[in-house]
Amino acid sequence: MAQQRFRPLRVTAYTVCTAAGIGRAATLTALDQRRSGLTRNDFGPSPLATWIGRVPGLEQQALPAEWAEWECRNNRLAWRGLVADDFAEVVAAARERYGAERIAVVIGTSTASIGASEDAYRRLEPDGRYPADLRRPIVHTPHSLGDFVQHALALRGIAVTVATACSSSAKVFGQAERLIRAGLADAAVVGGVDTLCGSTLFGFNSLELIASERCRPFDVARHGINIGEAAGFALLEREAESGAWLLGYGESSDAHHMSSPHPEGIGARRAVHDALESAQLTPASIDYINLHGTASLKNDEVEARLVADLFPSRTFASSTKGWTGHTLGAAGIVEAAISLIALDNGLLPGTLNTEQLDPACGPQIRRENEQRRVQRALSFSFGFGGSNSVLAFGRGDVR
Amino acid sequence: MSELPSVAIEGVAFWHTRLPGWTIARAVMCGEQDAPAASAARPTPSLLAPTERRRAPDTVALALEVAARACEAANRSPAQLRSVFASTYGDLGISDYMCATLAGTPTLISPTKFHNSVHNAAAGYWTIGTSSHASYTAISAYRYTFASAVLEAATQVACDGQPVVCVAFDVESKGPLGTVAPSRGLLGAALVLAALRSESQRGLSLRIAQGSAADITPARSPAAPLVAENALAPCLPFFEVLAHSMSGNVTLALSDHCLLHAQVS
Repeated sequence: MAQQRFRPLRVTAYTVCTAAGIGRAATLTALDQRRSGLTRNDFGPSPLATWIGRVPGLEQQALPAEWAEWECRNNRLAWRGLVADDFAEVVAAARERYGAERIAVVIGTSTASIGASEDAYRRLEPDGRYPADLRRPIVHTPHSLGDFVQHALALRGIAVTVATACSSSAKVFGQAERLIRAGLADAAVVGGVDTLCGSTLFGFNSLELIASERCRPFDVARHGINIGEAAGFALLEREAESGAWLLGYGESSDAHHMSSPHPEGIGARRAVHDALESAQLTPASIDYINLHGTASLKNDEVEARLVADLFPSRTFASSTKGWTGHTLGAAGIVEAAISLIALDNGLLPGTLNTEQLDPACGPQIRRENEQRRVQRALSFSFGFGGSNSVLAFGRGDVR
Repeated sequence: MSELPSVAIEGVAFWHTRLPGWTIARAVMCGEQDAPAASAARPTPSLLAPTERRRAPDTVALALEVAARACEAANRSPAQLRSVFASTYGDLGISDYMCATLAGTPTLISPTKFHNSVHNAAAGYWTIGTSSHASYTAISAYRYTFASAVLEAATQVACDGQPVVCVAFDVESKGPLGTVAPSRGLLGAALVLAALRSESQRGLSLRIAQGSAADITPARSPAAPLVAENALAPCLPFFEVLAHSMSGNVTLALSDHCLLHAQVS
C-alpha cells in the first residue's frame, strides 16, 4: 500500500475566546498589555479558595432557539467561539466551495457538558429522574460538543469528539490532517471547548493540584494550577492562497502514570522529536514555544528540563496560563491560537505572574514579553493518561 | 475521493456479558451455538499490577481485555502498536459517582475516581500496562462511536502504514444518569488493522457517502437481542459480517448524514 506523505496544511481561519479576551484582537491586546483574565473563584454553590479563568456573561446568553436541544454552558461557550472573528461565516464560505459533506469536524474537550449532568443531580425529581429541562440525552454524552459544532455549522460529513484530557484540542489537528491527507475531507474544523464545572474544580482539588493564589508557571514557588474555560476553532485546508501553516505534529504516550508526567519526560521528548521530524525542522529553527506550563510542580519541572536540553538559548519559550488559566481540553487550541497570534503579530508573550523562575529553567523560558519576527512556533500539550501532543506552525515559505 | 485503500484485519476480539469472547460470540452470530444462559463475570485486567486489577473501573477491565485479545489474535506485540480507544459514554459508573458526590459533599471527591473519570483512562492504563510510547487517541461520537473509531484506525494505517489496535467499549449505566444515558451490560470490541501484506489476509475497504439512518445495516443475528441495550450495539452488524468467513458488506453511520460503507473480504 502506498502511504501518503504528510504535506503542510493552511490554517485559513482561527479564533479564541478565554477569560483574557473574546476573539483574536482582544486576546492580542490582553497579551500585549499583560492583562490577566484570572479572577477569584466564584463558580458554583460552594466555591473553593482558588483563582479561575471565567468567561463573563455565559449565564445570560442562551443558545439561539434552533439549538435548544444542545443548550448547556459548554455549548454556549462553543457558540461564542463560533461567532467570534466571523469564524462561522468563513466556514460557511468554505461549505459553499467544498460541499457540506467534505468538511470534517474534529473537536476536543475533556469534560464536554458534564456540568449539565452535575446540575441535574442537584435538581433531581423526587422519583430520581432528571429535571424536565435536562432530559436531553445529547448533552449528557462526551460528543455533545462535536455534534453541536457540526449542526451549528450545517456540516454533513465526519464529526468526532476527541477526549484525551489536556491534549484533546491539540490532537484534533493530527486527526484532521490525516482525514484530509487520506482524501476523506477537503477541509476540517478543528478546535475545542471546555467550561468550568464541579468535576474539574473539585477533582483537581482532590489531587492537591489547585493553587489558592494566581498560578505562577515555572516560578520556583509555584503552587499549582488555576482552572479556566475557553473555546477555540481553526479551519484547516489543503489548498489556500494565504494563512499560516500547520507544518507538522507529534503524538506519544508516557506509559508512566495516570495523573503524573514521566519524570524524564520520555513521552514529551518523543512528541517534540516527531513534530520536528514531520515538519522537517530542527530545534535551532524554532522561534517560539508555547509551553504546557500549567504551574503544577511536576509538569513545569519536567518541561523546563526538556526545553533546556533540546533548544538553543535564542528560542523564546513561555507559558500563557497566567492569562487564561489551564483550560484543560481547550488548552491545545487556545495555545495553538496564541502561537498563531505570535506568528501573525510578532508578539512573543512572556510568562505572567511569575516572579522568580525555577532554577531548572534554561534561558529559553522568559517572563517578559518581546516583539520580534516569528517564523516557526511549537505548541506543547500534555495530558492525564500520559497523552502528549506537539504542534508545529509556520508562516511565509513553508520550509 | 472518499475511500481508503484496503487494510488488513489481523486480529478480532469481542466481549459481552452474555457473549464472553470472540469464539463464543462468533458461533452465536452464525447460529451454530446458543449463548450461555448465565452472565459472565467481568474480565480480569491481567496487564495491570495485582493491586490495581481489583480497583480498575469496568471500562478499563473491558477495554484492556479486548485490546489484549485482538493483539494476541494478530500475533502483534502491544507495545509496538498505536491505539484508538472509543466509547459512547466513557465510564458511566464513575460519572454517576462524580455527579452524586458533587451534589452532596464535593470536597470528598476521591482523587483516584477523578483521574479515572477522564475519557482516556482506559487508553492510559493500556499504554502503562504494555509500556507503549506509541501515540493513542480516545474519541466519542454518540451512536456513531464505533464507526468513527474504525475509520480513524484505518485512516492512520492508510496514512502512515503502522499497525493500529482499535478498541471500543461501553459499560452499564448507573443512577439517575442512566435515565438519559441508558446502557446495559458490558460490550467491548477490538480490531488490529495493518497494511495488507498478502491476498490471503482478511481485508477491510472503507468508503464514506451521504445517506440517512434508513441506509444503516440492521443487526440480524441471534446475538442482536442480547447486546441491543448496550450503547455500543451499533457495532454489531460489523461483527456479524466478520463472523462469517466469506466476504460481505455492512453500512454504518458516521454522523446524521454521513455513512461508512465497509467491505470485508
